[in-house]
Amino acid sequence: MSEPLNASEPDGSPAPAAEARSAGKHAAETASAGSREPTVVVDDVHLTYRIVGRGRRGGAPAAVRRVLLREQAPGQRSVHAVRGVSFTAYRGEAIGLIGPNGSGKSTLLRAVAGLMAPSSGAVWTRGQAALLGVSAAMMGGMSGEQNIVLGCLAIGMTPTEIANEYDSICEFAGIGEFVHLPMNTYSSGMGARLRFAIAASRAPDILLIDEALATGDARFRRRSEKRIRELRDEAGTVFLVSHGLGIVRDTCTRAIWLENGRIVMDGDANDVVDAYEDKHDEGAHRPPRPTHRSGARARVYAEPSSF
Amino acid sequence: MTEPTSAPPAPGLQRAGARLPIDEYSRRLWERRWFVAAYSTASNSVGYQGSFLGQAWQLLTPLLNIAVYYLIFGMLLHTNRGVPNFIAFLSVGVFVFSFCTDSLTAGARSITGNIGLVRALQFPRAVLPVSTTLVALLRLLYSLIVLIPIVLITGEPLTWRWLELVPALVLQSMFCLGIAFVVARIGAQVPDTTQALPFVARVWTYTAGVMYSVQTFAAGHGQWVSVLLTVNPGHVYLAIARNALLADNPCGIGTWLLAIAWSVGTLAVSYLYFWRGEEAYGNV
Repeated sequence: MSEPLNASEPDGSPAPAAEARSAGKHAAETASAGSREPTVVVDDVHLTYRIVGRGRRGGAPAAVRRVLLREQAPGQRSVHAVRGVSFTAYRGEAIGLIGPNGSGKSTLLRAVAGLMAPSSGAVWTRGQAALLGVSAAMMGGMSGEQNIVLGCLAIGMTPTEIANEYDSICEFAGIGEFVHLPMNTYSSGMGARLRFAIAASRAPDILLIDEALATGDARFRRRSEKRIRELRDEAGTVFLVSHGLGIVRDTCTRAIWLENGRIVMDGDANDVVDAYEDKHDEGAHRPPRPTHRSGARARVYAEPSSF
Repeated sequence: MTEPTSAPPAPGLQRAGARLPIDEYSRRLWERRWFVAAYSTASNSVGYQGSFLGQAWQLLTPLLNIAVYYLIFGMLLHTNRGVPNFIAFLSVGVFVFSFCTDSLTAGARSITGNIGLVRALQFPRAVLPVSTTLVALLRLLYSLIVLIPIVLITGEPLTWRWLELVPALVLQSMFCLGIAFVVARIGAQVPDTTQALPFVARVWTYTAGVMYSVQTFAAGHGQWVSVLLTVNPGHVYLAIARNALLADNPCGIGTWLLAIAWSVGTLAVSYLYFWRGEEAYGNV
């Protein structure tokens, strides 16, 4: 039913689940024993979702025949987005999830947040995990101040809490008088700043960030990175999905490299990003930089060349 | 989806996205009441932003419907036989029944139309059908601005019985919310629901007695036709609303009891049904 999207699956590779399960153990062994508290345990998670209504052929008669004969519609495909991922995250860690488009990063993040149910395996969390993002609750036709209220209510704040936070959100977003205008008059940078300011106004136990830092000018990016560090201290654990490898190096302590829904490498952020760049940026011009390859904490789960 | 089969790997860990027990779920839903109110009013006003006449369409649409129905059913087909004040009868029918059809069609889209919200934020998903039903109720309340003058101008007396409209609308809201819960879950699982529902809504409109008197019509048919037509919840809520506003449309205590039974029964069953699907709404 689920056709594998990666054709070049390494033959005879050890069961990825079993191998990945040792990830948790490995991380636990290297941890300074006892002092580290697990906050997220991802246990052999698979996530499959259906895509309906794409590429149906044969028109109405064929569709009726499919219904009558209970055939699987050819347009229905299952996408096996996450294929047996296991790891354990600990309090105080900031984990970057890196990988090419479609490697399952965002889907994995949604499973950790409890927004999508795994088709097998389980995600365990200590406290509430929350995705940093309120854009879905905001409405372009409404003013900035109305959207602040709406966004804050959407992430679960009470009216009293909003009244207390309102000024600091406005100040952090730094959009001045624009707060009284409809949001669809904002530049994309201003919109992004306001969304980040609202979303970052509350520290959940486990903070999940999906490409939130990609927008905004340099000054705002610095401020938002500072806020992320504060949130990390308050939150305990932060996950960051980003294509900006520099951000992962700067803000993360650990990185997980995903490809085709599987973990390729899990370890120290600099080591994993180095390995990822070696694989994906070959031939790209980049300034030479000092390598801090320790190799001690990083562990390669599969040869990157096999993907 | 996956049921919690194994114990947590370490104490203090909970399964992410696990469905809460019904009492805790209801408590969280109640905590989100401010969000429900803000989101409903915002999406109601945003819905008309693209048009020149804006919110005036909230009143124009049912007015045009009444005009069309009056021409076709009153003047051409003469379904107004046995109805003393047909314009007022028709107006109450159109406005009150559109609450039912609105909650039906909007409820089916409440999850799929807000999938961005469902995939981004954690909250009891029941917030969404509650919100679409509230939008439909708001429209009905706005439409009273037009409905009440129509009823008075056509010669209906203003009496204390009008206060019965309040319990009538409360019961109808409970029933409509129940309908929204059911179609929200079905609509999330079967994408074709939104295409099929307008037909269901139309059949329901024609059988509920919006533009003709069910009593007069049933008199010429067999016993079971009469029972089917009068037990129809759509007709029940129309009957108690007309009983409140119109002088010549009395309904008995039996209709009120039927209205209560439909409201409480539908809401209780459908709330459980919706709650049981809670974990999978993000996967659609």
